[in-house]
Order: sequence, then structure tokens, then C-alpha cells
Amino acid sequence: MTEALLQIEGLTKRFGGVTASDGVDLAVQPGELHAVIGPNGAGKTTLIGQLTGEIAPDAGRVGFAGEDITTLAVHARSQRGLARSFQITSLFSDFTALDNVALAVQAHSGHSFHFWHDARSEAALRQPARETLARVGLAGREQILVSSMSHGEHRQLEIAMVLATRPRMLLLDEPMAGLGPEESVRMIALLRALKSELTILLVEHDMDAVFALADRISVMVYGRVIASGAPAEIRANAEVRKAYLGEQDGQ
Amino acid sequence: MSAWFTPRNVVVAVLLAFLALVPVYSALTGNAFLMTLFTRIVILAMAATSLNLILGYGGMVSFGHAVYLGIGGYAIGILAHEGIGSGFVQWPIAIGASALFALGVGALSLRTRGLYFIMITLAFAQLVYYFGVGLDRYGADDGLQLYRRSQFADPINLSNRTQFYYGCFVLLVASIYLTWRIVNSRFGLVIQGARSNDRRMQAIGFPTYRYRLICFVIAGTMCGLAGVLLANHTEFVSPAMMHWTRSGDLIVMVVLGGMASTFGPLIGAVTLLVLEEVLPVLIKLVATPIVGSAATRAAEYWQIVMGPLFLLVVLFARGGINGLLVSLRRD
Amino acid sequence: MLLVLEQCLNGLQFGLLLFLLAAGLTLIFGIMDMVNLAHGSLYMIGAYLAATFVAWTGDFLIGAVIALGATLLVGMLLEVVAIRPLYGRDHLDHVLGTFGLVLFFNELARLVWGPAGLRVPLPDWLNTAVPLLPGLAYPTYRIAIIVTALAVALLLYILVMRTRLGMLIRAGASNREMAGALGVNIKLLYTVVFGLGAALAGLAGLMQAPILTVQIGMGENVLILAFVVIIIGGIGSIRGAFLAAIMVGLIDTIGRAFLPDLLKLVMTSRGAATVAPALSSMMIYLVMAVVLVVRPQGLFPVAGK
Repeated sequence: MTEALLQIEGLTKRFGGVTASDGVDLAVQPGELHAVIGPNGAGKTTLIGQLTGEIAPDAGRVGFAGEDITTLAVHARSQRGLARSFQITSLFSDFTALDNVALAVQAHSGHSFHFWHDARSEAALRQPARETLARVGLAGREQILVSSMSHGEHRQLEIAMVLATRPRMLLLDEPMAGLGPEESVRMIALLRALKSELTILLVEHDMDAVFALADRISVMVYGRVIASGAPAEIRANAEVRKAYLGEQDGQ
Repeated sequence: MSAWFTPRNVVVAVLLAFLALVPVYSALTGNAFLMTLFTRIVILAMAATSLNLILGYGGMVSFGHAVYLGIGGYAIGILAHEGIGSGFVQWPIAIGASALFALGVGALSLRTRGLYFIMITLAFAQLVYYFGVGLDRYGADDGLQLYRRSQFADPINLSNRTQFYYGCFVLLVASIYLTWRIVNSRFGLVIQGARSNDRRMQAIGFPTYRYRLICFVIAGTMCGLAGVLLANHTEFVSPAMMHWTRSGDLIVMVVLGGMASTFGPLIGAVTLLVLEEVLPVLIKLVATPIVGSAATRAAEYWQIVMGPLFLLVVLFARGGINGLLVSLRRD
Repeated sequence: MLLVLEQCLNGLQFGLLLFLLAAGLTLIFGIMDMVNLAHGSLYMIGAYLAATFVAWTGDFLIGAVIALGATLLVGMLLEVVAIRPLYGRDHLDHVLGTFGLVLFFNELARLVWGPAGLRVPLPDWLNTAVPLLPGLAYPTYRIAIIVTALAVALLLYILVMRTRLGMLIRAGASNREMAGALGVNIKLLYTVVFGLGAALAGLAGLMQAPILTVQIGMGENVLILAFVVIIIGGIGSIRGAFLAAIMVGLIDTIGRAFLPDLLKLVMTSRGAATVAPALSSMMIYLVMAVVLVVRPQGLFPVAGK
């Protein structure tokens, strides 16, 4: 077995009396798309927060590419190639689409203590940003203000922001949230294309998308991972069916 | 060419031309008051420009920005009082002290957000204000007279009022230009990104704290320089320079002119300070036909109009005058 | 030793006055998410109205009660006319809008009551001293302030924790939409809460009136101190405001009382006399800075906020 790119061991977080994640173990192998599913309140959001560094775990360890990143700051994790998208669109709404993505490029091209030159005329920032926008299907929308884009476009831009940091691994927090049927199809196609070149941890509610894309699936319930395996195994797992798919099973 | 010919740009051009001609007008008419008033306006416009960098572009609502006027001013006053009159010594010390203070305050206050940030910047300003009040050796509450303006080598002579005015004017234009360069640079985009969505900035890999801190220091330093000029202009420093209402005035200038706009703080400073002079006259003019000689008394209470005016600007002209001028073009 | 005890009582009294101001501020901030700089103006208005009504009725208590009611009305009127449009705006708008109101009220006070300060005479029965200990006679009026403020603090606690209005206040603080969905008239609730805050500020102002001169701008420094109190105590927390207010009151008063003597050990007595008040004023801000560094959410943050 190859060494995992992302290695989570015994990750625990309590909020008051509630244990939001309870000894989570998870390993994501290089090149795989690993989906995390679970009912609301299962602790998926807390898990994402701990992986990105926004929430400090009470116990446990997060390893990324052989390095212990458990206590690393948010920005430092991004610098090491671990990029996350946001469930609720989190963009620079008073900037244009191109400015948004160019900032993500800028974050990974040296420090930004440059006070004089016009950053909007730097080809080294603008060109990769344009390419990334084209890649997610937003070519021709570069100069549109984010605040006047549609929700579907916001979701595409979310992905572009993540890709522009040239990551080794993506943490995607419900990229399908709120998308219409057509937009969903497009998003699944985009994620499928990304899957061939990047390792992805996908937290998602949309089961169609998960089973269409995932190489492996982990199921979280009440802060614990109750099962981990290939989609077919998960589908067949009795515990999962009971805890999570129970309702459909009973009908 | 026509892209430049907008109402806003015309107003800015006229304003700059007017400011450049104030000494000429003053010399021709012998109106010294106008010169004094506009020297003050130019200096405070510079302070407002520096505040705009953190408040408008950086989203850092500092409610203690006038403290740098005080630090810059007191550095000059104290050094002059101790017999050090050379501007070559005074100015670097004053500017350095402002930068250092901004570094300390910024390092602490930028750890907090929202109302906490507003109040901690206010509290630090109060701290220095009371420190000034306690400076017994340097006039305490009553302030300190400056017997001589900063001494530079020939041909620079700050006691020459025309020269001093143009010096301030050039520094104002330079600080507006510098701010404009900064906000469009890589650094400036980081600052604006952090205003818009700090969480996202960190997620894409920016250690935003240090960028915001450096921005805070730049603004404090620039305002410290304005304090240096103000002390030289009034030839007097006192704790009142950094009273909390002065910080409020600076915020008013920035918002009134238009936050996060290049010339907004200048427009705001001119508007506010000219209004302070004109409003009493205006009230008298309007009130005289109605209440007769009581109008002179009524004019003393011009702030009763000014206060609600701020509220109206907040409610109905959020983009300030700059925003109004820009929207004129769309009609 | 007696002197220390006396100064502690003075500190307690000042702290309780700060609490009355801070309680209103923190309620208004916690529930309406509103920064109100004009809160100090209501303190001033309370003092001026007390001066007016005490002179008019010739009786301190009756005048004070009328002034209190009038301040409540002024507060509610202010909320409807000027504060309501600011809800939901960002804090900068609040700061700027209410800064304008501070200028307005200062000028209004100058227009109505003139530029000179006013004095509120104490009735004879309050203008005495109570022997607390042998050798320590403490002014009756200051004791009355302490008792009144403690009683108000208790009432406030009962109001917020035990009554239907308090339940609405707490519901409004923790979940605005839900309170709206439950059919609570949010607009009315806000007006009442603002009026309550105004009355508390007015009470602080009118109780302070006989001790200090009633003058323009009297609310400003004390307002900034009240802000320091709610920052130290944790924004939105009444309990935090209470404890922090007493802490600030004690630090300020005891600093003012004893710093001169301490400083005399290291400098001339004249120097010490001028530096000490400034230093004790600074001390409170230093305490606040330290608190914010150690606990950026204040000492007693509201759970779940």
C-alpha cells in the first residue's frame, strides 16, 4: 500500500458537551477521489475546519504529504498545496471574476510586499487566472463583478479559486450545493476531469454525484467514521444502510 | 479622451487647481485667513487620505487615528522645547515615533474584529491623550507653544507661509499618489481582499495579519507626517489635537468624501472644513429675514445642523460625494 | 486604612454608575447589534433634565423621577426618529451616525440650557454623612447612589432573567428571526429596549448631577469608559458589564486617590499631582489592552456568541 497523501488519526473536537468529531481516522491515497458522506450534524463541517486549520482539534493528528500539519495556520496549509472550497460561496464580491482568481494566483507567486507596480497589469498573474477561468467554463466572464454573477457561476468560480492555487489536493465542501439539474451535470463533468490529475476529498450530500465520482467513500455518523470502502461496499454495508440509508431501505 | 471628462474628474481638477492657486489669490487680495484655513485643510486632507488607506481600502475602522496627529505634533513640540530645532532631526524622529506606535497598536488591535477593533483603537488614542494631559513639563492640558518652525537648510524656510503652504500641498498630492499606487499594487489587492473576505484570503494562502499590520503602519506614519505639518502650521501642540472627536472628524471626512476612492478624503476634508466656516454664515443669512437680529445668535449653533447632516450622509449617501459624482455620469 | 475604605466606597459608587451606562450600551449592542455613541448624550440629557425639574418642582426626588421619565421618552423618540434607520447597517455607519447625534445633543444642550454649567443642590436630608465606622463618616447621598444602583442592577437582573419582556430580550439577542417568527413585535421591542437603556443612562446622569457640575460634553468621557467596561466584560453580557464596571470604577478611583502619594516617592509633589490623574486615566486603558491581548472576547463572553 502506498503512503497516504492525507492521513488523519484520532481527530477529536468537542464543543461544550457535543463531540463534533470523535476519533476520526481517515486516509486519502494519492490520486483518489475520496468522498465523505453523512447525515446533517455528522461532523463533516467540523472535519473540514480541522483539515483547513480553522478549528484546532482537541486531540489527534493530521498528516499531509509526510508532514505533520496539525497545528499549522490556515494560510500555511494552502501554501503546502492543500486547497479548500467553501460550501457557502465565499468570494470577493466587490471584485471581478478575474481579480478573484488572480488573487489566488498571487497568493502562490511569492510574497505580496510589492507596493508600487500595478498588479492588474501583471501578465504573470492575469494569464494563469484567465486560463483557470476558461477551464471551469467561465471564459468571457472575466470582467463581470462577482456580485452580479449567478449562483451556478459562483460555484464554478469557487472551483477556479481553488485550482488557481495550484494545489496537490482539493478539499471540496459540498460543491453541488444549490445547483440546478443542468448545472449539476456540468459540475460533475468538471470534477471528473479534475479527478484524473488531483487528489480530492469531497464532502457532499448529493448521492448521485458521490457514487458517480468517488473511488472510495467514508461514512460519518455522530462524529465517527462508521465505514470506509469502495462505493459498492458502502452500498452493501449493513451498518451504513441502518444508520444512514435506513429510510430508503425500509420502503 | 472623453473617458476622462467625467463630472468627478472635473470637480477634482477644479479643486486641485483651486488649491494650487490659494496663495496667489491670498496674496492678491491680502486675505490671510483664507491661507491659514486652506493650509489646515490641506494638512487634514492628508490625515484623511492616510485614514482612507486602512478604513476605506482595508476595512479597518480605526476610531483613534487622530492620535498620530498628536504623536507627530508632540515629537516636534517636545524636541523644539528641548532646543532641537533642526527639521532634519525632528521630522525623522516624529515619523519614526508614529510608525513605531502604529506597529504596537496594530499588532495588538488587529487580533480583534468589529466593535472590539473600533474600541481598542479608540482606547489607545485615549491612552496617549491622557499621557499628553499628564505631560507637565510640556504644558499638560494647556499645550505647548512652538517658538520656531522646523529649521531646514536654505532655501527651505517653513516660516515663509507661501512656501509652507506649497510644501504641504506637494506632500498631500504625493500621499494621494502614493496611496493610489499602493492600493493598485499586489499589496493593495491583498489589503482589499482582506477587507472583502479575510477568511477566504487565508484559505487561498495569504497570511493576512502581517499585510494588514504593515498597512496600518503605513497609514499611521503618513498621518504622523500630517501631525508634523499641523504642529508647524499652528506653532502649537496640545492634547486636543488627538481628542476622540478629532478622530471622529477624520472618519467623517473619509466617508463624506467617499471611502476607498482616490480623491474622496480630499473632497471630504475640503467639504467638512469649508462647511464649518460657511454654515454659520449660511444660517445667519437664512435666519435674518425670519428672526432678525437673533440670527447672529442662531448662527453660533451651526453644529445643530452639522450633526444630523452626518446621519443623513450615512443613510442616503453611503458612497459619499465621490459616489454621487460618479453616479451623475450614469444618468 | 479608613481612607482606603472610603476610596473603595467611592470606587464602588463610580463603578455602579458606569454599570448603569454600560448595561444600556451592552443591551443595545447585544440585541440590536447597534453601536450607540449617543448613549453618553442621554446621560447628559438626564442630568440637565434633572437640573431643570428639580429647580422647577423644588423637590429633589420628584424632579429626579420626572427627569427619569422624560429621558425615557427622549430615548424612545430618538430611537424612532434616528436610530431605527441604522439597524442592519455596519458598525462604521453606527459610529458616524451617532457621532453626528453627539454633536447635535451637545449643541442642543447649549441652546436650551446655555453654555455655563448648572448645579443641582442636594436637599438637606441627603446632604449629611452617615458614621459607618468610628472616624469614618460617609456622605449619605453617595450611599443612596450605591443602594439605588444596586437595586436597579438587581431589578435589571430579574427583568432579564425572570420576566416575559426579559425572555423576549434574550430571544432577540440569541435569535432575531425566531423571535420574529414567534410573533414578537420586534420594532416595539427595540424601541422599549432602547428606551430602557436611555433611562439607565439618564439615571446615571441625574444621580451624578449633584456631585459634578452639569455641563456640555459630560457624557463623552464617561461613555468611553463605559465602552471600556463592556469590552473588558465581554460585549452583550450584563453580568460581565457589572463586574467589569466595578473593577474599572475601583481602579480609576483608587488610582486617582493613591497614585499621587506613590509618585511622590519618585518625583516632586507638584509633578506627582499633575501626572497621577493622567496616569490613573491611562491605567484603565492599559488594563483593557491587557485583557484584549489575553482574552480578545472579554473576561465574561456571552456563551454561543
